[in-house]
Amino acid sequence: MLSFILRRLGTIALTMLCLTLVVFFLINLDPNLKKLAISQTEMRSTTEQLESWLQRNGYRQNFFVRYGQWLGVMPKQPNIDPATGQAVPRFSFCNEPSVPQFSGVLQGDFGCSTKFKTTVASKLFPALGATGILMFWVMVTMVPIALLVGIFAGMREGSRTDRTLSVASIATTATPEYVSGVIFTVIFASWLGWFNGSAASATSQGITFYNFTLPVMTMAIYGIGYIARMTRASMVEVMTQQYIRTARLKGLSFGNVVVKHALRNALIAPFTVIMLQFPWLLTGVVIVEVMFRYQGFGFTLFEAAGNNDIDLLLGCSLVSVFIVLITQLISDIGYAYLNPRIRVQ
Amino acid sequence: MQIEYIGAFQIFLGVLARFWPVWLAMAIVLAASFNFRKNLGLYGQLYDSGVGIAGLFICFFWLFTAIFATQVAPFDPLSQIPVMKDALPGAVEPASGLTYLFGGDKLARDVFSRMVYGSQIVLIIAPAATMFAVMVGITLGLPAGYYGGRIDSVLSFLANLVLAFPVILLFYLLVTPGIMDTPIPYALAGLFFLFPIIFFSVLFYTRFKDRPDRIYLLLGITLLFGGWIYAGLVFNADPFGIVSIEPNQLNIFVAVVFASSPGVFRIVRGLTMDIKTRDYVAAAQTRGETPWYIMLWEILPNARGPLIVDACLRIGYTTILLGTLGYFGLGLAPESPDWGTAIKDASRLLRSFIHPALPPTIALMSFVLGLNLLADALREQSMKD
Repeated sequence: MLSFILRRLGTIALTMLCLTLVVFFLINLDPNLKKLAISQTEMRSTTEQLESWLQRNGYRQNFFVRYGQWLGVMPKQPNIDPATGQAVPRFSFCNEPSVPQFSGVLQGDFGCSTKFKTTVASKLFPALGATGILMFWVMVTMVPIALLVGIFAGMREGSRTDRTLSVASIATTATPEYVSGVIFTVIFASWLGWFNGSAASATSQGITFYNFTLPVMTMAIYGIGYIARMTRASMVEVMTQQYIRTARLKGLSFGNVVVKHALRNALIAPFTVIMLQFPWLLTGVVIVEVMFRYQGFGFTLFEAAGNNDIDLLLGCSLVSVFIVLITQLISDIGYAYLNPRIRVQ
Repeated sequence: MQIEYIGAFQIFLGVLARFWPVWLAMAIVLAASFNFRKNLGLYGQLYDSGVGIAGLFICFFWLFTAIFATQVAPFDPLSQIPVMKDALPGAVEPASGLTYLFGGDKLARDVFSRMVYGSQIVLIIAPAATMFAVMVGITLGLPAGYYGGRIDSVLSFLANLVLAFPVILLFYLLVTPGIMDTPIPYALAGLFFLFPIIFFSVLFYTRFKDRPDRIYLLLGITLLFGGWIYAGLVFNADPFGIVSIEPNQLNIFVAVVFASSPGVFRIVRGLTMDIKTRDYVAAAQTRGETPWYIMLWEILPNARGPLIVDACLRIGYTTILLGTLGYFGLGLAPESPDWGTAIKDASRLLRSFIHPALPPTIALMSFVLGLNLLADALREQSMKD
């Protein structure tokens, strides 16, 4: 088991290296750099001025050198002002070392956000915390509802309850966040006035039932259908097993059979599905946070991508790729742990 | 100038009446297929279940709406009639006497017509992109599952690499205006659009390589037709000027194919690994058939059930992805009538007007729902066999 986890961690490290290289390449394409130079210099700069700005700030170094600097395996050179010979930071709102030193992601330096005018770390980690709160409430609502729906539907296959709940779960999987968000806002904020159509106040004034229900609801609803269908399929399979029939024949009540004999085995598959939902939820996080103006990770990613904020976007991609890979690992380990029949090679 | 309004019931009747070509076409197709459902194979079996009929009904509805969009929509999706700005549903346009059935949006365009024309964009890009993704997935997944070993490790690693990308990040990186100045989208398009040509060439070659009369004809048709489409799409150099694609649409297309082909690859690989242990594959190997013949003519036909179901779900998922792109204003032109862009525009103004937001959301939801119901019915039917 230990060697399996170590090997998987090795693969994850390799995958992250490849992915960050690809992201680094795509973000640092020439048109993006030009846009950054335009936004950082005066509006009417000539092409030569833009070019010299890029040159001066080290954006024209060799691609792999820059990637190495970002990663922290190459020393970052201080930015020398040619006029005075003094080291000046590239952006006035971030500290930069005045002597060459290793200062990259591996050392904990994520760089400098040009959009929010601060270091990436001081923007990204509070945003992740805010998203963590949102995700916590989404999970708290989504998982129990989805499991209950799935169990009730799969308990008696083909019954009226099963049909109704199955069609309902298909309907929620057909409703992406931007659709359900609009519909919920229209119903609950515009017509009924129960909830606030914006979660912007959640950051400053704290989370209330009034401003947080709609984002949580919108995000949960898309996932519910999928998890419920997986739970149903696994429940249906378990209910046809021999030991369920044995338990019924020896006189146990139906409820007892479901709770004590079927549930434990039926919940193995949904566990992996729930873990693998995280990458999907990431897209949902961006949509929901932008739609309800909640200052979390998704909102930061949206702003970083929209404003060509290179270091912040790199930080965001690093975090999201890391989340995806770690959840995959946890789901694999958890699956092997829950199901003794699976032997990890 | 005073704008006249018609009542809710008249709006309802008006909408039903505007869709008359759609109802007519649907009545013909549904009635004909219902009558001959015994001879139509898997498609005919769909008419045996309520879920299947509902799915077919919705999918055909949007298909015919896209085909007859010019007849159904009363107005041009881009034309603005200033007096109708933010008009409520049922407002009668004074000049022509036609009605803005679902009202006007903030740029005074007809919401109903935009919804109808939006179906065209969605129904062209989503199925086509899914087909390309399926082609790429099959062509790479079959050898990965059949040969295993190093090919499998390399291809699976690449597929996992793409799957580990959060979709939204991938789109932000691949579908930006800046990237159109670089050769990346064209290189990717050149790569992906090659797969259908390879697929069909190998398909025909393995089957008919001993029958010169058929092989030259089929290969010739594949290469000519494939090359024609390829030239039109990738190099925008169709000698007849029929096949062409806007650069931004090509960009979307490539990004969607890129994002969804690893999923198909994984399914095909898993199915191949399962099916290659069957006796008929062993029989074909004993007969001395070539590996590609076994993959394409023995394994693939037997994997078609799950693949069709997956393709159905995938078209729905691609529709959602297109909507996401529109919602973030990526790729598609800002005035484009597609549903995602319409939802984005309307959701910014929800506090003042809600009527422009509802038609595109319900349209998108119903189309994806139809596809999901269809997939569910197909799965049930293929399990019965």
